[in-house]
Amino acid sequence: MAVGKEIRTQITSIKNTQKITRAMEMVAASKMRKTKEKMDATRPYSKKISQIIKHLAHANPEYKHPFLQERDVKRVGVIVVSSDRGLCGGLNSNLFRVILKHFQEWEQAKIEIDVAVIGSKGVSFFSGINANIVGQVTKLGDTPHLEDIAGLIKLMLDAFYQKEIDALYLASNEFVNTMTQKPGVEKLLPISETDLEEDLSGHWDYLYEPDAQEVLDILLSRFVEAIVYQGLVENNACEQSARMVAMKSASDNAGNIIDELQLVYNKARQAAITQEISEIVSGAAAV
Amino acid sequence: MTMTVHVDIVSAEKEIYSGLAEMVFASAELGEVGIAPRHAPFITKLMPGEVRVKVNETEQQSFYVSGGLLEVQPHVVTVLADTAIRAKDIDEAAALEAKARAEESLSDKSGKIDYAKAQAELAEAIMQLRTLEKLRKRGM
Repeated sequence: MAVGKEIRTQITSIKNTQKITRAMEMVAASKMRKTKEKMDATRPYSKKISQIIKHLAHANPEYKHPFLQERDVKRVGVIVVSSDRGLCGGLNSNLFRVILKHFQEWEQAKIEIDVAVIGSKGVSFFSGINANIVGQVTKLGDTPHLEDIAGLIKLMLDAFYQKEIDALYLASNEFVNTMTQKPGVEKLLPISETDLEEDLSGHWDYLYEPDAQEVLDILLSRFVEAIVYQGLVENNACEQSARMVAMKSASDNAGNIIDELQLVYNKARQAAITQEISEIVSGAAAV
Repeated sequence: MTMTVHVDIVSAEKEIYSGLAEMVFASAELGEVGIAPRHAPFITKLMPGEVRVKVNETEQQSFYVSGGLLEVQPHVVTVLADTAIRAKDIDEAAALEAKARAEESLSDKSGKIDYAKAQAELAEAIMQLRTLEKLRKRGM
């Protein structure tokens, strides 16, 4: 029967799309579990390192590391963590919107902005709006390594050391739960005094080898690296869960459209049959 | 019972070891160190090399670290291991590479942020999402 051929092909094509989105949903779900585990695995390091830094900052009040010194902000650096691939709902757009809000505030305060971007989506967005991108890293895959982004971070840390930038921010998504990701811009440098406050019972100091300054230098840059890396891994988990949710709703939508089309198709088919019958009947009556 | 000290070996990517040990050996920058329980607070840079954890008389575990820091408190020893060998020149090269890539893709920038365009693009993307959301709710 020739009835509703267009509708039938449409249904088939939507069914194929649905198959793809279903598969992507399942892939994202399994990747999400892995990325979440990775995210949890990064926590002990940054926790330990921040404990030691807190202690060192208290034990050596006379040595002020540049990272701990507040200064007049004329130029800020922002490390943006975005995903490499799309089809993950509003994950990147929401983050960029939050960043832009900060950008505008800075612009009004006559503060210039340097951006270092991780992830292709961020690169295309920020180069599209003509932001000053000073460094970029893309195509990190599902298991990024610290070394991959160490160069980018060093670029920003060096700029901070040389007073090219006076503050460093990290913009990334926070993993709240599978359904919710919270975009945010967090200050990395200078590390504020209040962050370092901790009630220490008793005063004691480490023995340093080779010396306290060198150890503190390494610790602080590792600390920043660890936080950015954590942000990256967390953003990965966000990406996968956002993709899972987006693909789930895509599959559901495809299902709805198929249902509607099926209904239209059935009606058309029935109408055609009715017409045929009435034609036969009227034809028989005429004989 | 012999005295033990808690040992944590962590890297930025994962926790490598956590447990009790009688003694920890590591190659510090100024030479090999052995840390026994109740060692004085101590912090040092590590050289790329082996970290050996003596769990008890019979059991020993060894890990390779590519550098990092060793922190000692009387009852806790922490090894903050680097995930790869971090030589200054390697870092420098990576930094330059990140910069070069950015310059490459930005060869035609004018340096002024086009907020209107950005916002328009974002608004569009967000509206699309909202619409999808609504469609989805209606469909249910």
